Amino acid sequence: MKILLRNPRREIEMQGTRSVNRLLDDLDLNRESHLVIRNGTLVPGDALLADADEIEVRPVISGGSH
Amino acid sequence: MTAVGSKCKVCKGPAVIGLRRHHAHFCAEHLQQLCRRQMAKAIEDFDMLSFDDRILVAVSGGKDSLAVWDMLIEAGYQADGLYVGLGIGEYSDSSGGYVRRFADERGLNLQTVDLRDDYGFDIPTASKATKRVPCSACGLSKRRVFDKAALDGRYDVLVTGHNLDDEAAVLYGNTLRWDIDYLARQLPVLPATNGFPKKVKPLIRLTEREMAAWCLVRGIDYIVEECPIAAGNKHLVYKQSLNVIDESSPGAKAAFYLGFLDRMAPILQGRSAAATGQLHDCERCGSPTTSTVCAFCMLIERSAEHDPVPVDMVLPKRARKEIS
Ligand code: SF4
Ligand SMILES: [Zn+2]
Ligand SMILES: [Zn+2]
Repeated sequence: MKILLRNPRREIEMQGTRSVNRLLDDLDLNRESHLVIRNGTLVPGDALLADADEIEVRPVISGGSH
Repeated sequence: MTAVGSKCKVCKGPAVIGLRRHHAHFCAEHLQQLCRRQMAKAIEDFDMLSFDDRILVAVSGGKDSLAVWDMLIEAGYQADGLYVGLGIGEYSDSSGGYVRRFADERGLNLQTVDLRDDYGFDIPTASKATKRVPCSACGLSKRRVFDKAALDGRYDVLVTGHNLDDEAAVLYGNTLRWDIDYLARQLPVLPATNGFPKKVKPLIRLTEREMAAWCLVRGIDYIVEECPIAAGNKHLVYKQSLNVIDESSPGAKAAFYLGFLDRMAPILQGRSAAATGQLHDCERCGSPTTSTVCAFCMLIERSAEHDPVPVDMVLPKRARKEIS
């Protein structure tokens, strides 16, 4: 599966079906700080991601005291 | 491939998000319902807004400010937007574009102020000229520009998109320093006083994650890229620490901040400099200040004497290394 990561914007490729939570664990990312979008739609932690899917992992934490 | 499990707590349809502090999953429709109710509760509990108010929303192009503008309009409030160009390189150019598109697509009224054009400085220059960290120069400038725009435009109230994570992180920092003056002022509503408009934060009961999800399910295109200056700053570290705590005790972050409002803020009432009457008028601009000339007038004066500073010069060391 193609995975788009942000800040900085980059793309990685991973093989093998796994859940959203598993993907975040594999990438060592905090669940509260990220949302996962599968083929353009927001999906919850137990949604399964397959090789054909296009994934975006979007960080939701903004810095700065703005 | 479709989701195997999670169903929406309300309608049992397929969920788009799990919110551990609510021990539940929600579909797109009922996530929105939850966000609307949380905002309405904050507005009501703290008497933030009325439907007759003329509201000015400070918008940055990020998820929170565009979400709160969207939510207020949807709820039937009269809200215009205010965007301030900070002169932070490409980030400012790009964030301004998101705000303009959001306003244009919805036919909303947007005001813009540009620090360089209208005040003669930008954030990198002000930061160097005043030896303040950039976020401090930025916060001060934004506060003053927001205040002035709200008063000049005769708005009843100024809205900012600060969410639960923002407020919890500020509270965490203030508590680590036991900064009683800041703690006493950390309220979601600041009433109008001489020289300051009324200011409110309708998103204090909603997390960053919920706000990002709101934007996604509502199709709001916001700037995901960070302000380059934010990288690795203390505020971000506080947020991350709170999320680590929240991951092992879901709801701890919300309890920390909402418990402060409920039980600690009343105890601190009347302890800030403003409340104890230590403020007088700035001799240049007339704004309330604790000294003779206010910090913003000093910042304008020092920046005017300083050569323009490119944004790279004020980036945290780590971010500078990534660029080179
Ligand atoms: S991160 Fe700091 S400098 Fe950047 S917009 Fe936010 S407050 Fe301003
Ligand atoms: Zn539902
Ligand atoms: Zn002044």
